[in-house]
Amino acid sequence: MEETEEEKKDEADYKRLHSFPLIRHSDMPEEMRIETMELCVTACEKHATNNESAAKMIKETMDKKFGSSWHVVIGEGFGFEITHEVKNLLYMFFGGSLAVCVWKCS
Amino acid sequence: MPPKAADKRRQGQGASSGGKAGKAGKAKKRDEETSETGEDGLTARAVVRSPDQLRLTEAELKAEITRTLTADNPHIPRDIVRFSFIERAYKLVDDMDQTTIHFTLNGYLIHKDSDEGRRQSIRSSTEAEQAPVEEKEAPVEASAEATEEAETKDEEPTEEAEAAEEEEREQAAEAAEEAKAAEAEEPPLPKQPEKKLANQFNFIERGSATYQYPLREKGLQTDPAPIENFSDNVNQWCIYDAYMEELERIEKAKEKEKAKPVVVKKEETHSGRKLSYVEPPHSDSLSKVAKAAKIAERMVNLNTFDDIAQDFKYFEDASDEFRGQEGTLLPLWKFQSEKTKKLAVTAISWNPKYNDLFAVGYGSYDFMKQGHGMLLVYTLKNPSFPEYSFSSESGIMCLDFHSEHSHLLAVGFYDGNVAIYNLKKASSQPSYKSSAKSGKHTEPVWQVKWQKDDMDNNCNFFSVSSDGRIVSWTLVKNELVHMDVIKLSADGTTMQGPEGLQLQMLGSGTSFDFHKKIDYLFLVGTEEGKIYKCSKSYSNQFLDVFEAHHMAVDSVSWNPFHLKVFISCSSDWTVKIWDHTIKTPMFVYDLSTAVGDVAWSPYSSTVFAAVTIDGQAHVFDLNINKVEPLCTQLVVTRKKNKTTHIQFNPVHPIIVVGDERGLITCLKLSPNLRKMPRLLLRPLWTVQCSWVSEHGWGVCNTTSASLQDTWARKADVSTGSSKHPAWTSTVPSPFQERTDTSNPQELPGQGGAVVGYSWALSVCGAGRDFSAVTV
Repeated sequence: MEETEEEKKDEADYKRLHSFPLIRHSDMPEEMRIETMELCVTACEKHATNNESAAKMIKETMDKKFGSSWHVVIGEGFGFEITHEVKNLLYMFFGGSLAVCVWKCS
Repeated sequence: MPPKAADKRRQGQGASSGGKAGKAGKAKKRDEETSETGEDGLTARAVVRSPDQLRLTEAELKAEITRTLTADNPHIPRDIVRFSFIERAYKLVDDMDQTTIHFTLNGYLIHKDSDEGRRQSIRSSTEAEQAPVEEKEAPVEASAEATEEAETKDEEPTEEAEAAEEEEREQAAEAAEEAKAAEAEEPPLPKQPEKKLANQFNFIERGSATYQYPLREKGLQTDPAPIENFSDNVNQWCIYDAYMEELERIEKAKEKEKAKPVVVKKEETHSGRKLSYVEPPHSDSLSKVAKAAKIAERMVNLNTFDDIAQDFKYFEDASDEFRGQEGTLLPLWKFQSEKTKKLAVTAISWNPKYNDLFAVGYGSYDFMKQGHGMLLVYTLKNPSFPEYSFSSESGIMCLDFHSEHSHLLAVGFYDGNVAIYNLKKASSQPSYKSSAKSGKHTEPVWQVKWQKDDMDNNCNFFSVSSDGRIVSWTLVKNELVHMDVIKLSADGTTMQGPEGLQLQMLGSGTSFDFHKKIDYLFLVGTEEGKIYKCSKSYSNQFLDVFEAHHMAVDSVSWNPFHLKVFISCSSDWTVKIWDHTIKTPMFVYDLSTAVGDVAWSPYSSTVFAAVTIDGQAHVFDLNINKVEPLCTQLVVTRKKNKTTHIQFNPVHPIIVVGDERGLITCLKLSPNLRKMPRLLLRPLWTVQCSWVSEHGWGVCNTTSASLQDTWARKADVSTGSSKHPAWTSTVPSPFQERTDTSNPQELPGQGGAVVGYSWALSVCGAGRDFSAVTV
């Protein structure tokens, strides 16, 4: 029992440490995508415990850089149906358990 | 003397009259006083006279002398001269102002009827109370003005100084009183008009504004950005799965690239730590579809040309039975391409391995109009579009598929080059090409043919060209190496060139063919109409010469079954069949127009077909009719379109004919044309046969039913050698059977092979008795 628990912990740790940002769906142009992805990674790492503040950081930075009305959702399990402006959507996984969805719609 | 004293008095008076007004009275008194004192002093009243005093008589003393007082100012100069600019001269100024101003008082009273007075009255007219005040003002002002005037006037001296003096005093007092009275009245009044006073300069204020433009409203709205919907569901396991997948993919990619040992962690496939950016693989959608598209294309084509495909497979012209010996050619597919519409078909060759694949070379026979060339490889399964297409700068004149490496195509160009195309490689250029320094021909290459691999297992092929050289090309280490095999020297044409050189004219080869069995033996047809029998081993001498035609030999071909027989065709309208041991032709056919090409059929040694430039195809069967063609049919309908080449399909009963417009027509041979000599061997028959056929007998038991009646016959053939001593052991059965393993209903080329029986015996004969070995 203990061993399996340890294993699980190790797995979880390992996943968190060794997991990379994986883009699930995106229709942004290449540069924008990379920039956004890096921003998301930074924000999630910085506010590892608080999704809301991470989302806030991402949203505000995106608004400044790319124009108004971005929306950000961070979580570990959710379903969504959104309307987004074409070429302004990024949906990615990060950290082994987080999913981030960023889109623009004014 | 009292009169003297009186004189004094009078003088005193006179003096005082000359004096000023105010002192006149006092002067009198002084005179009296002096006179009195004078008298008082001298009690005697003695008149003292000065010595220089006038002595006047009494009469004179009594005379009254009038003296007047005037107001004239004695001090005024009366001789002032001023320059007058009008008269431009000095003028005496007459009237001098005698006025001496003793007192001035500036008043501020204005006449009521003057401008200012009227203005003020208007201003104050609104205030009714002030009206009576104004009226008081008016008389006061009037009196004030009057007094002012009076003062000025009165200041001038009157007749009598005293009177004037008094009057002046009085009047001045009066004026002063009146003025005072007026002033008394005035102070309360001026307060009101002071409010209404305009400024000193009587300005009128007036304002103006610039023109203001009217405002206009204008609105605009940009298009909203395009929006899309997106939805997904995410859970922990979903994320986990995605990561696993991604890691696996990375693993595979890594393994493919390098053979690095992947660090395998606990779960199956964790790769090394990498926080780098990984993108999901997006495949090239077009390449995935390519294969499917090809299959779909073929299906569509099959559907479009369904009836043709059915004809190809199953249709047998039933009317052949009634036609006697004659047959027909049923047109099937037509192959043409946009790019080749202006090019002529110069060569056709079937692929030995894939029976539905054939290559067509395009170029131009016209010497003047030489353009580019095309090489298209078509398949019967897709009549609309070639499978492979290559283009070249120079027109293609001939081509040949390699018998074993069926992806290799040898091609000869109009510019003398030869090249090898590799169909397996997806390039548009030939894999190997000759060049000027590697020994290309100097004239168009008319024919190329593959040979067996040489001893080093290198592919090699031969080419014949108008420059009189027959060159063997070998593919050595990815290079084409050439070797001149033979030079066609025209007989008796050695010339004396300059400086005593012996020049040798070379004939130009136009076609050649290699013997099927005898390796070194080959025939070359030339432009002069001769056919040389040559050997590969002898490079400067021919084995034999046939005076074949009057014009260029267009095609020469060995009979596939008969070892000794070959056929040749020429532009001199003839097709001739020869035995290579005999100098004269066995059969001569005059086809009334230039013959473009001739080909033996692969299934019968007696059947051959020829195309003439009038667009007709002729099919002969010597077994049936030695003189006339079994079928003469117009293949190409357009005028001015010459048919250039013809080829039999090695397996199917079809022929392809090419023409000058780049069109390939595929025709099916009717049953009458496909008659194969029946082969029945019974022990009872002794057969005299002057020819032997080439192929060895084989035991063939045909088990499957023939598809068509006229095609395959059931035959039990046993080896000839044992039963028929007349036959040599080398008598072969030209039996090539392919068993049909698949459903005969299946469409050609898919899956199993189609049944094809090709067999022929040596039946061709000319000039001698021949008896067909029929079974």
